[in-house]
Formats: sequence, structure tokens, C-alpha cells
Amino acid sequence: MNNKTYNGISAPYALWCVVFILAPLAIVAYYALTDSTGAFTLDNITGLSMYADTIARSVYFGIIATAICLIIAYPLAYFISKTKASKQKVLLMLVMVPMWMNFLLRTYSIMVLIEDSGIINNFLLSLGLSPIHMINTPGAVIFGMVYDYLPFMVIPLYTAMTKLDVKLIEAARDLGATSFQTLRDVIIPLTNSGIVSGITMVFVPSVSTFYISQKLGGGKYTLIGDVIEMQFQTAYNYNLGASISLLLMVFILVCLFVMNKFGDIDEGGSIV
Amino acid sequence: MRKLGTASKIYMILIFVILYAPIAILIFYSFNESNSTSVFTGFSLRWYGELFRDEATIKALENTVVLALLSSLISTALGTIAATGIYYSKTRWYKSSLLTVNNIPLMNPDIVTGISMMLLFVFVGTMLKISGVLGFMTMLIAHITFELPYVILNILPRFKSMDKFLVEAACDLGCTPKKAFFKVTLPYIRTEIIAAFIMAFTLSLDDFVISYFVSGPDFQTLPIRIYSMTKKRVTPDMYALSALIFVTVFVLLILTNIAQDSALREKMKKRINKRRVAS
Repeated sequence: MNNKTYNGISAPYALWCVVFILAPLAIVAYYALTDSTGAFTLDNITGLSMYADTIARSVYFGIIATAICLIIAYPLAYFISKTKASKQKVLLMLVMVPMWMNFLLRTYSIMVLIEDSGIINNFLLSLGLSPIHMINTPGAVIFGMVYDYLPFMVIPLYTAMTKLDVKLIEAARDLGATSFQTLRDVIIPLTNSGIVSGITMVFVPSVSTFYISQKLGGGKYTLIGDVIEMQFQTAYNYNLGASISLLLMVFILVCLFVMNKFGDIDEGGSIV
Repeated sequence: MRKLGTASKIYMILIFVILYAPIAILIFYSFNESNSTSVFTGFSLRWYGELFRDEATIKALENTVVLALLSSLISTALGTIAATGIYYSKTRWYKSSLLTVNNIPLMNPDIVTGISMMLLFVFVGTMLKISGVLGFMTMLIAHITFELPYVILNILPRFKSMDKFLVEAACDLGCTPKKAFFKVTLPYIRTEIIAAFIMAFTLSLDDFVISYFVSGPDFQTLPIRIYSMTKKRVTPDMYALSALIFVTVFVLLILTNIAQDSALREKMKKRINKRRVAS
């Protein structure tokens, strides 16, 4: 078969990409740069300054949630990779099961747990302690992000760690490195690819979420995702919604580009 | 290798307990007699009964399965063909631009993919003066679109390990290129195709964000139904649903694991037998 036929058989897919991936993005840009009558305007772009607080909050929450995930997942992935091979499989499955359970239900289950009259507070009351207000706080939103997306961090880290050569760690120890030095100079650089893909896989959904902030933030801490969702589902201002989405997309692509500079993502243990 | 210390074991257990506690509590309260979400009054299967009598939820479940099956079949077929074409293509710019575009849905936040497709459908709808374009078809297109990149990335690496002379040999021996594809290439990438199909299927089952924006009132999937149910105060039939989903996921994962294990054992057996014949 010559080259033309090979290009020919991927043509349906190429067409699909143009119509359903590229054209939609072009239409997002079109909506962002026009008003409801279809006339060109920059109002939607300049109007973004109104949402500066929301954007800053989303990025801030996203960074904190990602950092906490990394701190929790790194030792976890390391310990899993150090258990017996047969056990590793079971442990990895235990990490993955919640990931395959609908995230709406998982988020909802946290709500049931931490509500003012929820399970934890009822338990505290029954012990004679005073209840703690947890829901509708920034902490609750960030906890929700960590809880929902933790597996996305563990899996790539674990994959990177299974490729780690134990002899290198032993060599470092033999040559007099302390545990901390071994971690800093050997283990972390060698699992860099896993760290980078873990960070992206937690940060992107955290920054763009809207369900978690609705359920656990009680609508008090709106994030970029909430604003987009509102424009499309209740306010019906598609033009403004499109400009916010455009901003979110550009922001994420810049972040990914920068992250890629730090680690070769193709080598990493992304779960795809 | 050093053995894990007690501290690290406790750490692992603690994380798993936190990870599973909310789910366990939901399952526990799904058996509650009253509709209280915090006081357990007695064991009953009442909420499971209510769940199965809730027609909208059952319909949503049906829709979800139909959509997942159809979209994953189409995306796997289209993706397999696309991966073959991409791998053998020698037009470098074409190949690299296809792979770049393929990555866009993987990198973009789901919400952006969702609204971009919704805007396309609405745009085309207003152009053609059709109202209410959002429905089953738009859902199907959207699901195929976000599944395709995963299918292609699952299959493409397999070609790298394939002997490129295999197809040529088949052709030399009288196969038409089409026949060579079905007789040689397809069996070689079979495992990856199945894996891609399962992945596409589960992604479709689980998707909420993209579906939420491209769905219409006439075609609801389970995640969308869950979303509208959790908008207000929910009754424990939601918990019953969570419990059922959890058990299904758990059983499916265990089954796939066992299947993989036995496939691996089968492979090892064959290899050992081959060596015996060779020696």
C-alpha cells in the first residue's frame, strides 16, 4: 500500500477532528469576540476583569489542592511500590476503585459527612462535644478536590516509582548520602515525570471544577467553573461564558507547556 | 529490598481509611429504615425498592448503557483505522498535526470541551433554524470525540513493536492490502483494541461534565440524573444507587484483573511450550 492510501484511511478521523475538535474551539473564539447580535466586540474580554477574584481563587485553591495531593500521594506511591508484587496489584486496585466511582456521588458523600447536622457532627454531639462548622468553608472545597483527585496523583507517581532502580538508592546510601539527600538528589529527580503528570492530572480538573464548589462551598466560593456553568446553564450569556472558557483554556495550555519543560510527559506514567 | 516499617504501613492504612470512609458510610445508610442521613434506626431494603421503582433513574441507566456501548464501538472502530493510518503515514506534517489535535481533548479541561461542542451544536442549530438540537445525537458525537484520543493512544504504541515486514510478506504471498490488514495487523493489535474499547466504555459511563453541556431534556444519562437529584436534599435511594455502582465497579475491576492474570498465565504457558518444542 502506498502512502496516499494510508493517509486516506485516517482521513475520516482527520475530518472528525476538524469538525468536532477544531471547529468548536474556533466557535468558542467567535462567541468570545462577538455580542448577542453577532457584532464584533471586545467587551467580553475586558469584562473578564470583573472575575479577577474568582480566577485568583480558582488558581489558589487548585495549587493548594495539588500540593496537598502531591504531599499525601508521594509517600503512598513509594510505599506501594515497595510492597510485594502480588500485594501491589491489590493496593493499586484499591486506589483505583474510588476513581471509577462517579465523582458526583463521592463529592456528595463528603457533604453528608461534614454537614452541620452531618454524620461527624452528630457523632461529636453524641460524645458530648460541641459540633464543628466544616461545610461551606474554603477548607471543605479544597478537601473535596484532594479527595476526588488523589488517585490521579497516586497512579502516575506509582508508575514512575516502579521504574526506579533500587540499586541507585543503595548506591547513594553506600556513598554516604543521608535519607533526605537520597530523596532530594536521587528519588525525586528520577520520578520527575510521574510528578509532572500527577500535578497536571490533579490541577486541571481542580481549577475547572464547579460541582465541588457548589456542594462543599455552598456557592460562597465561586470558581471559574461555576462562572462558566452559570453563563451557559442559567444566565444564558454565551458570549461572556465563551470568553471565560477561552481564558481558562489558554491558561491551562500555558501551564501544560511550562510543566512539559520540567519533565518529559511522554516518558511519564500518565494513566492513558 | 528493605521491608516497610510499621509507620509506613499505618500511613497507608490511614489514607485508605479516609479514601473509603465516605463511601462506606453511604453504603451503611443505604440500608437505613428511616430517611435520616445521620441516625440509623434499623435495617431495611426499602431504599433499594424505591430506587427500582424510580422510572426516571432506570431510564437514565438504560440511556447510559446504550450511549456507552454505541459510542465506544464507533470510537474503537474509527480509532483503530485512524491509528493504522497515522502509524504508516509518511507525510510528516500530516502525522504530527493529527497527533497534536488528538491531544487537545486530553489537555483541555472537560468543561471547555463540553461548552465548545455545545456552542458548535447550538451554532449549527441556529444556522439551520432547528430548535432543541441537544439530545441523543449530540451526546453520541461528544462521547465519540472525547473517547477517540484515548483509543488512538492505546493502540498506536503497539504498532511500534510490530515487524513491519509482516504485512509486506502477507502481500507478497498474495494478500490484498485489505486482507493483510484483517489477517495480520488486526490480530496483532487485538489486545490493545479490546483494552481501548473497555477504556472508552468506562469513560463514557462515568462522564458528567461534557455530557452535562451537550445533553437535552429528552435524553438523560445516569450522571446527569445524579446531578439533578443532588441539587436538592436527596433521599437515601441515592445512597442505594451509590452502593450498587460501587459494588459493580468493584466486581468489574476484580474480574478484569482475574482475566488479565489468566491471559498472562496462558501466554507464559505458550511461551514455555514453544521453548520446549524449540529445544
